[in-house]
Amino acid sequence: MLLYILRRLLNVVVMLLVVATITFGIFFLVPLLQHTDPVMRYIGKNANPVAIAGIKVKLGLDKPVYEQFWLYLKGLVVGRDYANGNDVIHCPAPCFGISTQTQTPVWPTLLHDVTVTGSLAAGAAVLWLVFGVGTGVVSALRKRTAIDRVAMVTALAGVSLPVYFTGLAASALFVYNLGWLQPTNPDVTFTSDPGAWFQGMLLPWITLAFLFAATYARLTRATMLDVLGEDYIRTARAKGLPERTVIGKHAMRSTLTPIMTVFGMDLGGLLGGAILTENVFNLHGLGFDALNGITKNDLPMIMGVTLFAAFFIVMANLIVDLLYAVVDPRVRLA
Amino acid sequence: MTDSQTSTTETTVGGTAPTSFLSVRDLRCHFPTDDGVVKSVDGISFELERGKTLGIVGESGSGKSVTSLSIMGLHRNVGKKNGPRMSGEIWLDGQELIGAGREEVRKLRGQKMAMIFQDPLTAMHPYYTVGQQIIEGYRQHNPQANKKAARDHAIQLLDRVGIPQPDKRVDQHPHEFSGGMRQRAMIAMALANNPSLLIADEPTTALDVTVQAQILDLIRDLQQEFGSSVIIITHDLGVVAELADDILVMYGGKCVEKGPADKIFSEPEHPYTWGLLGSMPRIDRELQERLVPVQGNPPSLINLPNGCAFHPRCPYADRTEGLSKTEVPRLTSVGQDHLAACHLPLEVRQQIFTEEIAPRL
Ligand SMILES: Nc1ncnc2c1ncn2[C@@H]1O[C@H](COP(=O)(O)OP(=O)(O)OP(=O)(O)O)[C@@H](O)[C@H]1O
Ligand code: SF4
Ligand SMILES: [Mg+2]
Repeated sequence: MLLYILRRLLNVVVMLLVVATITFGIFFLVPLLQHTDPVMRYIGKNANPVAIAGIKVKLGLDKPVYEQFWLYLKGLVVGRDYANGNDVIHCPAPCFGISTQTQTPVWPTLLHDVTVTGSLAAGAAVLWLVFGVGTGVVSALRKRTAIDRVAMVTALAGVSLPVYFTGLAASALFVYNLGWLQPTNPDVTFTSDPGAWFQGMLLPWITLAFLFAATYARLTRATMLDVLGEDYIRTARAKGLPERTVIGKHAMRSTLTPIMTVFGMDLGGLLGGAILTENVFNLHGLGFDALNGITKNDLPMIMGVTLFAAFFIVMANLIVDLLYAVVDPRVRLA
Repeated sequence: MTDSQTSTTETTVGGTAPTSFLSVRDLRCHFPTDDGVVKSVDGISFELERGKTLGIVGESGSGKSVTSLSIMGLHRNVGKKNGPRMSGEIWLDGQELIGAGREEVRKLRGQKMAMIFQDPLTAMHPYYTVGQQIIEGYRQHNPQANKKAARDHAIQLLDRVGIPQPDKRVDQHPHEFSGGMRQRAMIAMALANNPSLLIADEPTTALDVTVQAQILDLIRDLQQEFGSSVIIITHDLGVVAELADDILVMYGGKCVEKGPADKIFSEPEHPYTWGLLGSMPRIDRELQERLVPVQGNPPSLINLPNGCAFHPRCPYADRTEGLSKTEVPRLTSVGQDHLAACHLPLEVRQQIFTEEIAPRL
């Protein structure tokens, strides 16, 4: 087990290195393709050559590519100082670079915004797990009844409707039409006003959760139906176990295991859904940063979000794999 | 999902309690499907005394498993819109099961009656240890037993069914067991509450030939030790040759012959039984001579052939003046406790058997 974990950790490091290399490559390739000098992003078009040269030195852009790459990697691990004489920007580890917009390190912004995305994601995840899995189980047990049909049609809608649509429709209905909720205010935080924060997050949570809950309901239903047909479920009944144990223990155990895998992957890949949801509800999270980075051509910001997201996905997968080895005794750790 | 629909009223199904331990009367189990009603079991009756073994023999699809699942009350959605339709009576130790409430039957399952399934790998939950699966069944019916006692019980059972190092094996998962060991564990699971009726549905089909004999020996030993009644289901008469006191031969959901095992082997009175005897693998036979299956295919249970369901495959069907194709033969007595359903006059059958069949067996 220990060896397995070590090997997987090594794997993680390699994966992250690859992602870092690629993002760094993009940092070089994009300006090359755009025929622009990366320095120009940090400074006005009419800046004088001395200032440009100064910034070049400060950002290390005067050094050869391999050295820049090395400094970039090193910055990620131990942090770095961008210095030109006395003009110093300290970028603590993990240093994801300097934003072209704010001229400050990207990381603190990301760190701040990740809490927004995190709370969006966590709340949505709880919702979609509870409702998605719950609906799937009920549908499977009430196969081909009215409940099942309604649930599956709703789920189909959830899978096929984009977040813009459900999000905007939900806002239009509950905020502007019925007036039950206030529009989400991005400046309200959990600590500043928990009540307002909660009601502001409600629609974003539901919107994001709906997308996933639909997938989970369908997946749970299909898995559960398969499991219910297994011989060992019949064995459980043959032992005289009551139905609640047969379903709640034996069938659920087998149903939840594959769902856990999918959940791990979805958590990692959640960013896609989060970007759109944050955008729809005007939340200032990682998704906002990514979008902002793209529209403002802030390459270090995009690189930061990318690397950060990659880290998330890789870690989520690692955790799922480890958990899987714990839940499914048949998995060989080799 | 819950058992709330259960009725607790006493059974009102006709007939009086029989004296034998298990009595199945005119059992029918029909499955409505899109293609028509599958009459998997269509009027099976038998008696089984305490401590005796009944062998139910028939080829694939003859309704053996459906019969055993009926006794265990394991058919789902019985009586519901698209669910199976069951009728007849099943008396277990004076209690009728078909008319009984689901909850009542559930309490008997795993306690008074238990079942061993064909494929021990798929029949055990992959995520729970063998011990957990035995203990669960034990504690379900002995809630007063504490964890330690239940675990000791499981270890004892594993030991009893011949699993080496039971105190270690108890914590292993089914996939860590070999096929034979897994079937032993399955048997231990079935024996957890010392059931008085043990149904083994093709307990050796999924196993190596060498392991098969060991498992059969084990079942016989356990039966003697525990005094349970046993039903062994198989498509191979050889499996029950030494085990069964009585044998019931099924064809197309019906019983075509039943009687004491020695009679079935020495004086079989149904052409289908002759076919089964001929296809029995025997050690003293040359390999290529063995396993001559009965020619032709099993009948469709949705549209059984008219008359005797076996007539399209029966070499003697044309010796009954057309009766075989038009009239369903009834089970009639052909000796003490021995019944067979065939239109051929008894003397003719006995003559065919002694002259044509017996020399080839
Ligand atoms: N739930 C069901 N719905 C519809 N048909 C069924 C159902 N269960 C069994 N059958 C049908 O009943 C027939 C008898 O099945 P059964 O499993 O009893 O055969 P068997 O004698 O045990 O055969 P095998 O040796 O292959 O196990 C088969 O044709 C099967 O397709
Ligand atoms: S009734 Fe006719 S077809 Fe059926 S077994 Fe007897 S001889 Fe064969
Ligand atoms: Mg069967």
